[in-house]
Amino acid sequence: MGEVKTLAIVIFVVIVALVLFVSFFTARKARSAHGYYAAGGRIHWGVNGIAFAGDYLSAASFLGICGMIAVSGYDGFLYSIGYLAGWVVALFVVAEPLRRLGRYTFTDGLDAKFNKRSVKLMAAIATLVVSIFYLIPQMVGAGVLIEPLLGFPHWVGVVLVGAIVITIVATAGMTSTTYVQFIKGSLLIVFALVIVIALTVRGLSTEPDQGGRVPFYNYKTITATQTDGAITPNDPAYQVVGQHDVKVKDKTLTFVKIKSGDITTWWKLDSDSAGVTLHETQQLVTQEDGTKLVNGAPESADNKLRLVGNVSSIAGEMDTTTGPVNPFKFLSLIGDPDTTINLWKTVKFTEGTDNVSVFYSVPVAGDTVVKPGQQFKVAGSWVDRVDFVSLMIALFLGTAALPHILIRYYTVPSQRAARKSTVVAIAAIGFFYILTLFLGLGAMTSSTVNVLDNNMSAPLLAESFGTFLFAMISAIAFATVLGTVSGLIIAASGAVAHDLMDRFGGLIKNERQKVLAGRVAAFVVGAIAILLGIAFQGVNVSFLVGLAFAVAASANLPCIIMMLFWKRTTSKGMVASMIVGIVSSVGIILFSPTAWELYGLVATDAPIQMKNPGIISIPLSFVVIYVVSKLTKPDMMSDQAFADSRANPAPQPAVAEAAPAE
Amino acid sequence: MLHEPAAVSGIDEAAGYKKRLGLKMLLVYGVIYIIFIVINVAWPKVMGTIVVGGLNLAIIYGFALIIIAFVLAVVYNWACTRHEKYFEREKKA
Repeated sequence: MGEVKTLAIVIFVVIVALVLFVSFFTARKARSAHGYYAAGGRIHWGVNGIAFAGDYLSAASFLGICGMIAVSGYDGFLYSIGYLAGWVVALFVVAEPLRRLGRYTFTDGLDAKFNKRSVKLMAAIATLVVSIFYLIPQMVGAGVLIEPLLGFPHWVGVVLVGAIVITIVATAGMTSTTYVQFIKGSLLIVFALVIVIALTVRGLSTEPDQGGRVPFYNYKTITATQTDGAITPNDPAYQVVGQHDVKVKDKTLTFVKIKSGDITTWWKLDSDSAGVTLHETQQLVTQEDGTKLVNGAPESADNKLRLVGNVSSIAGEMDTTTGPVNPFKFLSLIGDPDTTINLWKTVKFTEGTDNVSVFYSVPVAGDTVVKPGQQFKVAGSWVDRVDFVSLMIALFLGTAALPHILIRYYTVPSQRAARKSTVVAIAAIGFFYILTLFLGLGAMTSSTVNVLDNNMSAPLLAESFGTFLFAMISAIAFATVLGTVSGLIIAASGAVAHDLMDRFGGLIKNERQKVLAGRVAAFVVGAIAILLGIAFQGVNVSFLVGLAFAVAASANLPCIIMMLFWKRTTSKGMVASMIVGIVSSVGIILFSPTAWELYGLVATDAPIQMKNPGIISIPLSFVVIYVVSKLTKPDMMSDQAFADSRANPAPQPAVAEAAPAE
Repeated sequence: MLHEPAAVSGIDEAAGYKKRLGLKMLLVYGVIYIIFIVINVAWPKVMGTIVVGGLNLAIIYGFALIIIAFVLAVVYNWACTRHEKYFEREKKA
């Protein structure tokens, strides 16, 4: 482990140093506002395309999706499909028209044909809200990564990321962010491919031992008899000393506390017509004084929860290893109805003063993990189905409305370059998302899932191929966080300095002040992100990302689409739509079962039983912009008037730079 | 203040064509995406049907949605660039 850490630290330091070097090297390009916010509009479309991928493949995409596939199978891959599909909306209807209108930020684009303070204000607020919600999971992800990688506590990871990113953004702006994203995006895709190749070369095994490094652990099953509710193991070495029933959805699970020698552990009871069996589990017991017991013994460096996940039969064969298989065979073997996969679930309860978390395996047929159903109950109640549809709509429509993605359209020299870079992004991101299915299923079947935090599944899968890949992929994951946070802080600082202070407040007198304001704003937003990242430790990353997508799709997208395609859109309609979009999407999530669990309440008591607000908040936002626009006086500039205003712009301050040629 | 496009572009003669093409392509992709969602919620068992090489409809459809997005993007870019170049040649002539 020491060797792992040393290499991980060396690679981590090299990557961070590379990032900072690129940052300072490109700093000279950020002396003007155009350079700071839009990288001088001179980034090559190929570089920008991969940088798009770098921006988009955030901690949630990379760590979250792989982790979700590792524990829920295909349902995690639905996120990959939805996130990628969103790029179609971005390319076909948003990329070029928005670029034609804007200068630095999403607000510029939205307000281009109105020039109204109310639009500036609301669009800037929407940008800030979405950016900050998107920042929180990235910062939480940084803390999650830093802990196993460098051994620092969560808050140190968050502060470290915040400090590095503030340095990057405050010194160099969009140019450095772009090159950081380019480097990180490239490395991520290449190393994900390397892991997938290694995975298919290794093949599947019913007793995965991580390349001989970690012996496979066989969980015991013992038989027992049940008389008048009392359970007695048939082996006298085991004694029952307690029992606890836990209600999970519509069924009750029974866990039995068993003493064997000096060790007391929890076992899962199963009974059927053949008799009663007890299955060994893993458990973490936190005692009143804070002492933690792992599987019955005090937690230590040598006694930690084991990594889990394996196939107990492959296409009907027990105790077997496939050897190298092609990628399609790999998927078909996992998806075979006669393949049995052990997925792990968690229950939590209290026993006296002890807080008990029990992790138990559930054998499922292979064909059930390669189709929807493990997480999203598409065959369940109508609420479950509506929730699924709602999520898919938000993912499809959210991408084209994310401010930190939208500002990247301004970093290339022409509309054609914006379009080409989007095509490159779709190719790179699509390829990566296909790899996520292999990475996730690979982690699921290679005993590389951490029962406490599935976000580390991809790095832990890499570790099963050796120290170098683990160190490399962890460092890239950290750079992923750095890159995404940089992009988000640029977008948020642009909203404060450019949209609010300059365009809304009229407080900026020259270019120099504007860049300074951007840097100060980056520092402040970064500091807020650090505090929120520490405060939200342990909160599900996907929940927060889903919120950001839903808010973006509800607040921003109706305005973008209607402004581009409906000439009757008014500024009042847009403002009303943004307010309703933010309030309805955030409101529904705050009263959802997921939020109720976060508050420590019972999920089924939540006033709104939907987890994903998109299906309500997005159409509502569209209706509001339509109705309010119909009821208010038209104030959008005509295409001709807009073209004239661009051909004969108002006199600019002497310090304003010349825009680059098309 | 400071309110002009990032890069000053001339009048884009191909803008109307690109807008219409983009909407048509979005419609095509949107229909394929909606069918995917509808199958999932209306006939979830169909997603488990083996289509080819031991791979079920869920995997094939999922991969197809990603690959079709890329193919449509390439076609869109090619068509738009061709149209833009046509207008550029017209202008020069």
